[in-house]
Amino acid sequence: MQEFLESFLPAGPLVVLVFSIIPLGVILVYALFAIWLERKVAGHIQDRLGPMETGGWHGWSQTLADLLKMIQKEDLVPARADRFLFKMAPFIAFAASYGAFVAIPLSSGYIGSMIDIGVLYIVAITSLLSVSIIMAGWASNNKWSLLGAMRTAAQTVSYEIPTVVTILSVIVVTGSLNLMHISEMQSGNSFLGFLPNWLIFHSPFMVIAFVLFFIASLAEAHRVPFDLPESESELVGGYQTEYSGMRWGLFMLTEYADMLLLSLVGATLFFGGWNSPFGSFMDGPLWGAFWMLSKGMVLVFVMMWLRWTLPRLRVDQLMNLCWKYLIPATFVNLIFIALWEMIF
Amino acid sequence: MDLFAIVFYLFAILIVSTAAIMVFSKNIVYSAFALMFTLAGLAVFYALLFAGFVAVTQLLVYVGGILVLILFGVMLTTRGYFERVRIRTVYMLPSALFAGIIAVLLIAVFVTTDWTLAPLSEGDVTLAALGELLLTDFMLPFQVAGVLLLLAIIGAVLMAARKRGPLEKKGTVPDADKII
Repeated sequence: MQEFLESFLPAGPLVVLVFSIIPLGVILVYALFAIWLERKVAGHIQDRLGPMETGGWHGWSQTLADLLKMIQKEDLVPARADRFLFKMAPFIAFAASYGAFVAIPLSSGYIGSMIDIGVLYIVAITSLLSVSIIMAGWASNNKWSLLGAMRTAAQTVSYEIPTVVTILSVIVVTGSLNLMHISEMQSGNSFLGFLPNWLIFHSPFMVIAFVLFFIASLAEAHRVPFDLPESESELVGGYQTEYSGMRWGLFMLTEYADMLLLSLVGATLFFGGWNSPFGSFMDGPLWGAFWMLSKGMVLVFVMMWLRWTLPRLRVDQLMNLCWKYLIPATFVNLIFIALWEMIF
Repeated sequence: MDLFAIVFYLFAILIVSTAAIMVFSKNIVYSAFALMFTLAGLAVFYALLFAGFVAVTQLLVYVGGILVLILFGVMLTTRGYFERVRIRTVYMLPSALFAGIIAVLLIAVFVTTDWTLAPLSEGDVTLAALGELLLTDFMLPFQVAGVLLLLAIIGAVLMAARKRGPLEKKGTVPDADKII
């Protein structure tokens, strides 16, 4: 990819800039689409139509119109808020989310950096996200914001453990932390003669690992049924109560980028990443990007589907679920996967 | 100046200035957030020296773990949510003296030592090699550190789950999870 860019772009720094801005383009286009999709999914699940007017066909440009509206809005900062931290928090939030895309192989030809600690890096850099949410909540000088931020800190710190342990149980099988290597390992279509070599088919315990990972990633992305940091019925809007205009838009973008990130990590760890499900048919760098993003979008769609299906948990139920059920389950599952690896 | 030097000095300035903010700020929450930039800046230094694993561990343990706990503690212990903890400067002379002596010692060591610079190279230390070393040559320290952490966890659980006296029965002491 880098050589390809060097072939038609002149200077070195420009190549680096274009190379590192590719995921941003993906995220922005995806966010526009995903917010529209979320409204449509919500509408259809609740037996209504969702946006229908803006732009003609099924309100396809509703998000664009919203974006234009948000850019024009006044940049409000509450009088008693801490101006500097209040203004900085959305940027740190998005930077933490975007920084994680460095280690995601978007196709067989594109990965930001081939560091050999890929997944660990993703886990580490996204922990900045909870710091930025605490920053937003504290700087807003609003009790709902602060309560939302407190919940976020508790939730993120707790749910990081099951996430990391399920990722670890995949690492036990692959023996590599680099997501590119993990994707390469899953190419081919030889499993049981016709199934792709994806890790989810590797052993029955991998299916359990995926379910646990998905539950934990829902909580990491603050999605329903774990969206307590911003539960509107008790906390107005949680940490984003005081935000409006483009700064609120940045938090929204971060939330959707985070969903995509966790879905892509899940797709890479369990569903073969950029590998085609049909062996060498429809395979190649561009098809790779197509498969990777479609697998991610399927998981994003499941997240949206759950949002309009499940009720929200209470705070104590949330902590109970994590510490009493998820964490023991992930550890037991890790042991079983390790045993499976030793025996077969 | 090459790219390495530019990045190094940029982040050196960031680290030193945020560390200064952390020490001199009168607002304890500012100090905590400044500490975040100091710790994350150090992670950049490790990454510059191709010690990716150390950089990531720095982020994971200090920024993701300890800093969140510090912020949590600061916000929960400031009486009432929005009353700020007042910070006073105490023992100005002894601490300045102590810091001065340490600074002189460190500078003396820095100047007198004959530093040998190893050339930087990418991919010297792989994660696999590190793991192998931890499970062979450094098995004992690794296990001892693990036992120490386990003890700390058990101690924390014991302290948090101590039996409540008659005065602290239900209703009089707010539950931690109700505050969250």
